[in-house]
Amino acid sequence: MTELVSTTPGLYPLPDWAKQELSDLKGHQKHDLISGNEGADIVSAYDRAREEVVSEQTDAGLDRVVEGQLRWDDMLAHPLTVHENVETGGIVRYYDNNNFYRDPQVRGELTFSGDVAAELDATADLLGDESLQAVLPGPYSLSDLATDEYYGDEADFLDAVSEFLAGEVDAFPEHETLFLLEPSLVFSPPGEDVDDRVPEAISAVSDATDADVVVHTYWGALDEKVYAHLMDADVDAIGFDFVAGDRDQTLYNINEYGTKDDIALGLVDGQNTLVEDPETVRERVEWTLDQVQSQTFDTAYVTSNTELFYLPENRATEKLAALAAATEDELEVEA
Amino acid sequence: MSRDAENREQFRPEAHDNEHFLLTTVVGSYPKPKWLNRANDLAEDPDSKFTQEHLHEAHDDACRVITNEHERSGLDTVVDGEMRREEMVEYFAHRIPGYEFNGPVKVWGHNYFDKPSVVGEVEYDEPWLVDEFEFTSDVASKPVKVPITGPYTLASWSFNEHYDSEADLAYALADLVNEEIEQLVEAGATYIQIDEPALATTPDDHAIVGECLERIVAGVPDEVRIGLHVCYGDYSRIYPELNDYPIDEFDVELCNGGYEQIDVFTDPEFEPDLALGVVDVHTAEVETVEEIKENIKQGLKVVPPEKLTVSPDCGVKLLPREVAYQKMENMVKAAREVEAELDAGEIDLDASVPQAD
Repeated sequence: MTELVSTTPGLYPLPDWAKQELSDLKGHQKHDLISGNEGADIVSAYDRAREEVVSEQTDAGLDRVVEGQLRWDDMLAHPLTVHENVETGGIVRYYDNNNFYRDPQVRGELTFSGDVAAELDATADLLGDESLQAVLPGPYSLSDLATDEYYGDEADFLDAVSEFLAGEVDAFPEHETLFLLEPSLVFSPPGEDVDDRVPEAISAVSDATDADVVVHTYWGALDEKVYAHLMDADVDAIGFDFVAGDRDQTLYNINEYGTKDDIALGLVDGQNTLVEDPETVRERVEWTLDQVQSQTFDTAYVTSNTELFYLPENRATEKLAALAAATEDELEVEA
Repeated sequence: MSRDAENREQFRPEAHDNEHFLLTTVVGSYPKPKWLNRANDLAEDPDSKFTQEHLHEAHDDACRVITNEHERSGLDTVVDGEMRREEMVEYFAHRIPGYEFNGPVKVWGHNYFDKPSVVGEVEYDEPWLVDEFEFTSDVASKPVKVPITGPYTLASWSFNEHYDSEADLAYALADLVNEEIEQLVEAGATYIQIDEPALATTPDDHAIVGECLERIVAGVPDEVRIGLHVCYGDYSRIYPELNDYPIDEFDVELCNGGYEQIDVFTDPEFEPDLALGVVDVHTAEVETVEEIKENIKQGLKVVPPEKLTVSPDCGVKLLPREVAYQKMENMVKAAREVEAELDAGEIDLDASVPQAD
């Protein structure tokens, strides 16, 4: 029997009051964005906002609770844009979205930062019995979002980013699960120079924790070859986007090459305000698991396909409730 | 196929000194006077005695002032600077049944936008822009251009909860835009610009935009000039396909990129008129008349003078107001000087420049 675990890939929308308060405190321009050494008023606003999104998750009954990454002004590029040896360049488009982030230009060695560990420490303090889930960009996506002006070689840069992330993970408080978000594997797949190094880079991060590690991919299906390489990564689960893109290709990959003992299913749309019924989500879970003839899973993580910050606050909250309810044991669906 | 773009002559001013005529225009938005922003804030404040009626009056006043500012700069066609609009999708979504608002979403940093959701069939209710157009026409002595956010952008920059696909939503919206244009034409509008910035981010959807345009222009008389504005894209991905769009004019920013992409449009022959961005809206430095003249000549690589319109790259609303004004004034001056030089045969239209039939 597969255990269903409700979770999200993090990066929540700020509560509306915090959007206003922080925009008043910080300003609207490029140089006003988060730097990693913000003042007391700003820290306090983020603390209150974090408390709110954490209790929303615990109230909804999600099986894994994330920090929410409310400070991540630059979305998945955040761990680099706050780094002391990284300068922020122009505003660039975030994948195919109407969203933008500051180009992180790496100008020196990617030494230990501790920025994300501090957020997770604060989150762990808010939790009782609930299970903490850490979220980071995967090494490939983070290197893809950045501009390297120090390491010089694509493969060396990927290794450096991977080593940096492993160092960050090492400082994390105890966590049950680590989600590594790798949308770039779909959006701009690695070329031949680095594709066989991607699994090693991911394994290096994964090896830094005892937690279960999920490499989550989205915005379509992975290219067959990229998927085959990804299967070499030492992780507990690969996550798939069953909302956007080519479901058949994803199922083909899974059935052709197999997948890990656990799986993550992106089944709730992180980019549409239409809120799915728990029954609909559960039906999608069962349909998807039925399509994988070759294996059964110990754990299936049930999640939104993408980060949630694309949504207005009210709808993001409603999606949490739908995810949590969809994985309840007692929920019955017509098969 | 492009529409018959013979309709540009109607915009030639009576007292035009030159034989050649480069139509001068703007894309639409203009910096709001500070007091208008203050008035907007007051109208939202429940403790203030400033009412919606007062705000309406403030909008009227701002439209008068900005329309006049456009006229003073010498433009051949003017707009009201979109004084009544805060955001290009929200403004229309508020007027279209089928849309709802759930709250702000992030664009970048702490810049948000009330991205609306389409929760039912979109319908045409009250006219969107007819009052605005009639007001501006009354206060203007020059022809008024009407910018409308295009259906593809209205669809792409919304959450679609109702339609099977974004294309279906875009087509439904295109039918509404067609209805709006019909009302505008009835009210006397002669120059309509469809704004489709979303096409630049997803150029593979050019055929959807083409189908939208077919629906938009259905039944619109030939003498009404229809422009399409797109900005900050990779144009090799929509050219030459855009030659098939049923438009009179394609309006594009290229000044910001130093005309790196101008050659994209030279082969095969460019079919609609070209409305070329000749001043950059992302730099507060005002281009000199001489610089702008060189930019205008870039357009002559693509179309002959009879098919060239000049405009800023995009809406100028993010510039300081005096900079926006000075850019328009220099742009008009540059256009008039280029016309005079063309009249005098001082500009060598290279043999490779396509000539009008």
